[in-house]
Amino acid sequence: MTFDQILFYVFSFWFIASSLAMIFSRNAAKAVLFLILSFFSAASIWILLEAEFLAITLILVYVGAVMVLFLFVIKMLNIDKSTLRAKFAGYLPLGLIVAAIIIAEMTLVLGGNQFGLDVVAAPARHAADYSNITVLAMQLYTTYVYPFELAAVLLLIAIIAAITLVHRNELNRKKQSISEQVNVQAKDRVRLVSINSPNKENK
Amino acid sequence: MVSLSDYLILSAVIFCIGLVGIFINRTNIITLLMCVELILVAVNTNFIAFSHFLGNEAGQIFVFFILTVAAAEVAIGLAILTLLFRNKGSINVDVTNSLKG
Repeated sequence: MTFDQILFYVFSFWFIASSLAMIFSRNAAKAVLFLILSFFSAASIWILLEAEFLAITLILVYVGAVMVLFLFVIKMLNIDKSTLRAKFAGYLPLGLIVAAIIIAEMTLVLGGNQFGLDVVAAPARHAADYSNITVLAMQLYTTYVYPFELAAVLLLIAIIAAITLVHRNELNRKKQSISEQVNVQAKDRVRLVSINSPNKENK
Repeated sequence: MVSLSDYLILSAVIFCIGLVGIFINRTNIITLLMCVELILVAVNTNFIAFSHFLGNEAGQIFVFFILTVAAAEVAIGLAILTLLFRNKGSINVDVTNSLKG
């Protein structure tokens, strides 16, 4: 067994084990932590496949931003644990049967006869001065530049949508009311008050 | 050497784990979102494995865009979740029956 295979099986074991622990854990915060472990294992496997930029992106964006967002939401919301697992056992056999059938079929289709080393030979490792980021950037900024711009617009839309959804109208917020400004009359602005000055009588 | 079929079977297994997670956690929206993330990571592993073994970088570009869309999806999903909790006082799937669908 080569060193590549040892690494692959170690990372795969942690990937599968932490994913199983994630779906079976009763505590949502623990589930997020197990999901972080499985993302780290996935990033390790991606590094074995020489996709270094995407592996680092997975860790920085997913573990650093998305999973922390999950943890924030779980800690902010008061989740009632007793009602969440009421139907836990009822759907487990059905889910296991479906998963077993899918895994069996996929293993038959994706087995060594179709995608083994004899059919798809393992490519040679790149040289030490090979830069994954340079190759990806050349593709991303030339061939895929319009999808790249669209992805940026999509993220902007997501920001606006998320803020609009959770935005709450507060009573004491200072904001402009255009209709009131347009409809204002002169008598609303200035009020003339006649005051009897006491100094005038002394003179 | 690790063959392409090993990576493909690994991602199929992860995909099925995510699917079982959706089956057994169907009352908890947060765990449902996390299972969707797991399924997306399995699909991305497929893309990267093919990209590596076929020597074509387009697969990695696809993964880049999938990550972008997934991040947007999570942001909006969690915003909807917060709104649901504010209006219903619970994030159980069973309480989201206002539309009577």
